[in-house]
Amino acid sequence: MSPSDYLSAALLIAGAAFFLAGTLGLLRFPDVYTRLHALTKADNVGLGLMVVGLAIQAESWPVVGKLLLIWWLVLIAGASVAHLIASGALQRGIRMWKQ
Amino acid sequence: MTLLTWTFDSLLGLGLLWLAWRALVCPDLFKAIVLFVAFGLLMALAWVRLAAPDVALAEAAIGAGLTGALLMAALAKLHPSETNDDCAIPSKQNVTKVWSWRCLPALAMLLVTGGLGYVVLSLPPYAAGLSTEVAANLKISGASNPVTAVLLNFRGYDTLLETVVLLLALLGVWSLNGAGLERKAAPSVVLDTLARLLTPILILVAAYLLWVGAHAPGGAFQAGAVLGAAGVLLLLAGWRPRAGLMALPLRLILVAGPAIFVIMAVLTLLIEGQMLEYPPAQAGVLILILETAATVSIGITLAALFLGGEPRQHNPDNNQNKDHT
Repeated sequence: MSPSDYLSAALLIAGAAFFLAGTLGLLRFPDVYTRLHALTKADNVGLGLMVVGLAIQAESWPVVGKLLLIWWLVLIAGASVAHLIASGALQRGIRMWKQ
Repeated sequence: MTLLTWTFDSLLGLGLLWLAWRALVCPDLFKAIVLFVAFGLLMALAWVRLAAPDVALAEAAIGAGLTGALLMAALAKLHPSETNDDCAIPSKQNVTKVWSWRCLPALAMLLVTGGLGYVVLSLPPYAAGLSTEVAANLKISGASNPVTAVLLNFRGYDTLLETVVLLLALLGVWSLNGAGLERKAAPSVVLDTLARLLTPILILVAAYLLWVGAHAPGGAFQAGAVLGAAGVLLLLAGWRPRAGLMALPLRLILVAGPAIFVIMAVLTLLIEGQMLEYPPAQAGVLILILETAATVSIGITLAALFLGGEPRQHNPDNNQNKDHT
């Protein structure tokens, strides 16, 4: 294994850790707002780390571009959908969790 | 097969069965739809594992994405009493009645599943099927992607019927009721911005999928589904096409795909003596023309299905009459 392989393996594992944490948060957090918070972190950072990890292994620049495009699309879609769900929940009068 | 892939595949298979079961028995229809969408996504993953990326693309775009959106739209139109029917705790008599009603279809499905399982198990483990024949004739088909060659050339007849089925589904929906076309304000700035940002990208992706279908996974149905998704996003964001476009132009676009297919079938029947048998030299261009027309028709049909009724111009006279009576 070359150094670049080690680097991408580390990035992929770090990304997977973010996804695991996000899933745990989705299952365990008390209300819709905190769950959204956990979920978008997994999508944004976890997928970003995975994209960088895969981009190191990519054979050509167009593949890197496609990977980055996928990340960008998930970023804007995830952020927008999280906002829409949260504002929908607020409009329906779902209270925010307080300790 | 290594232990890792074996574990992954069995988890995938069990997850699919579990999601299918939960989607069927879940009394809350909203949850059932979410489970169905999750089932579609895992199904797409299963198709990837089976080395069928064409089917995976179609399953993810149509099976999970657009069908999920259509089911959600249908759920929003259901009367509240209809959605809660299953939730009500039935009395004991009702339970036996319900079960006797459900047993018969369940038994029939069990027989069919058993028969299918028997047929699959009795197949020879390794058989080339028709893949060698397809590979041998790929050069004259006009496409280097074997799936596209089969769908648009060797079995073009099936694809012709499939596009007609989609049109029939839309006619069925249109015969039920009409949908108003008054322009709605976007529910939020975020959704509006997202729709404006994504629509050009989705159109570009659809064109890419259509073009790449000739030599790699992709094609008319996948591209049409992406186009349909753009339409759904625009409709969700409150956009409505101008009323003048809805009468004849919309109908022409909807019919264009099947119509060009039928014209091509008749022409090839007259010239080549065989339906949808293209002359090898022009096959590539003819397939591209067919696929382009089919893509646009499929995309617009899917978006029209999401609108959920025959688009009608908002008529103020009618409303006034209703107010008076």
